[in-house]
Amino acid sequence: MNEYPRMKPGSQPEFLSPGYKSTIVRAPLRPLIALPHTLSELTGPVYGHNPIGPTDNDLTLHFAEPPQGERIIVAGRILDEDGKGVPNAMVELWQANAAGRYQHKRDNHPAPLDPNFLGAGRMITDQDGNYRFVTIKPGAYPWRNHHNAWRPAHIHFSLFGTAFVSRLVTQMYFPNDPLLQLDPVLHSVRDKDAQERLVSQFDLSMTEPEWALGYRFDIVLRGRKATPFEEHGK
Amino acid sequence: MNLTPSASQTVGPFFHYALTTNAALGILAGEGAQGERLRLVFRVVDGEGAPTPADSMIELWQADAHGRYGHALDSQSCNADPNFCGFGRLETDSNGTCIFETVKPGSCGGLQAPHINVAVFARGLLKQLHTRVYFDGEALNANDPVLALVPEDRRTTLMAKPTPGQANTWSIEIRLQGEAETVFFDL
Ligand SMILES: [Fe+2]
Repeated sequence: MNEYPRMKPGSQPEFLSPGYKSTIVRAPLRPLIALPHTLSELTGPVYGHNPIGPTDNDLTLHFAEPPQGERIIVAGRILDEDGKGVPNAMVELWQANAAGRYQHKRDNHPAPLDPNFLGAGRMITDQDGNYRFVTIKPGAYPWRNHHNAWRPAHIHFSLFGTAFVSRLVTQMYFPNDPLLQLDPVLHSVRDKDAQERLVSQFDLSMTEPEWALGYRFDIVLRGRKATPFEEHGK
Repeated sequence: MNLTPSASQTVGPFFHYALTTNAALGILAGEGAQGERLRLVFRVVDGEGAPTPADSMIELWQADAHGRYGHALDSQSCNADPNFCGFGRLETDSNGTCIFETVKPGSCGGLQAPHINVAVFARGLLKQLHTRVYFDGEALNANDPVLALVPEDRRTTLMAKPTPGQANTWSIEIRLQGEAETVFFDL
C-alpha cells in the first residue's frame, strides 16, 4: 500500500487567509499533525451515494423552460498526478444563475431568481476520466467580505477520486475576468500557476455552432495509480 | 507525467441544494447492519465558541463493524457488510449540529483502534479539515499508532463520549479554533 505524495507548498490555500474574513475565526491555529496514510485514508467511498439521473449533467433541462443566460458547455478531464484519467469519479457542481443569485434561502442578493434554473448538477466520469456539463454562465455577485467586494463568476465543483485523501472541493473561474485579480478566495492560493489552473479555458473545438460556447476545465486529484480496481479484478 | 493536484477552494455558504439534499446520507447503518448501532452527534464550533450555523458540512468514511472498508484496496472488501455504507454526509443545522446513524467500526488493519474518518467543510474553510473520531474508554486506543502521534493532552479532542441519558448515543464537538481546538491531520 503506497502513500500518496504530499501536497506541494503554496499549491493549496492556507487555512488562515485574512483577506477572506471568515477564515479568521474558522481556521485552525494549531499546527496540523502529519498523518501517515493508512487503509483509512487510502480507501474512500465508491460513487453511488446519490443516484444519477439522465439529465443531471444538463442544468438547462431541469424545468419546462430553458433558463435565462448564456448557454455554455463545461467539460474536461479528471486526472491523477500521473496525468491518467480517473474513471468513475463523482463530479458534483453548483452555481449562481445568470444574474449572480443562488437558488438558496439565505442568498439575499437583490438580483432576480430564475424559476427555470436551480444550478446543481452531477455526473460520473467515463473510462478516460471525461466529464461534460451543459449550463449557463453564472453571474458575478457581491459578498460583503470588504467594501465593494464581488466574487468573479465561478462554478463550485465537488469531486470524489479513488481515496478519502483525494477528496476535493474547488471552484472553476472564467478567463479574462477582471475580478480574478481582486478575489481573496482565489488569492488564498499563493502559487500563481496553481491559481491559473482554476481558470477554465475558452475552447473553440468544444463550442457548438449556433448553440453554446465551450470552456475546458481539467482537474487533478491526489493519487498516482488511477484505480486499483483492475488489479483486484474479480 | 507529474501533475500538481488542483487547489481547493471553500465550499461557501450555498452548497446545500447541491450536496446535502439527500438526508439518507445520514444513515450509514441500514436495516440489518451488523454490529453495535449508535447515533453519533457532531457539533461544529468556531473560534469564538459559536456554532457554525447551517453553513458547515460533515463527511464520514468508516469501516464496518468488522473493520472492513467497502473499497477494492481493502482485501476484505468483498466480505464487507452489504447493509452498511461507509460514507455519510450531512449539513449542520442552525445549532451547528448533525446526527449520523451508524455502527461502531471494527479495528481495521489489526492495529488501529475503532475510528471514523471525518472531513469538515464550511464557509471560511478554504480546504476541508481532516480529523478522526475515536471512542472514549475503548481499550484499543492505548495502542493506536495515530493517537500515539497526538500529544497526550490533546487526544481528548478526538474522543466521542457517551451522551448522558441517551442510550447508544455518542457526541463530539469539532472546535475549529481556540481553546481545546480539535486535532486536525495533515494528509
Ligand atoms: Fe459561490
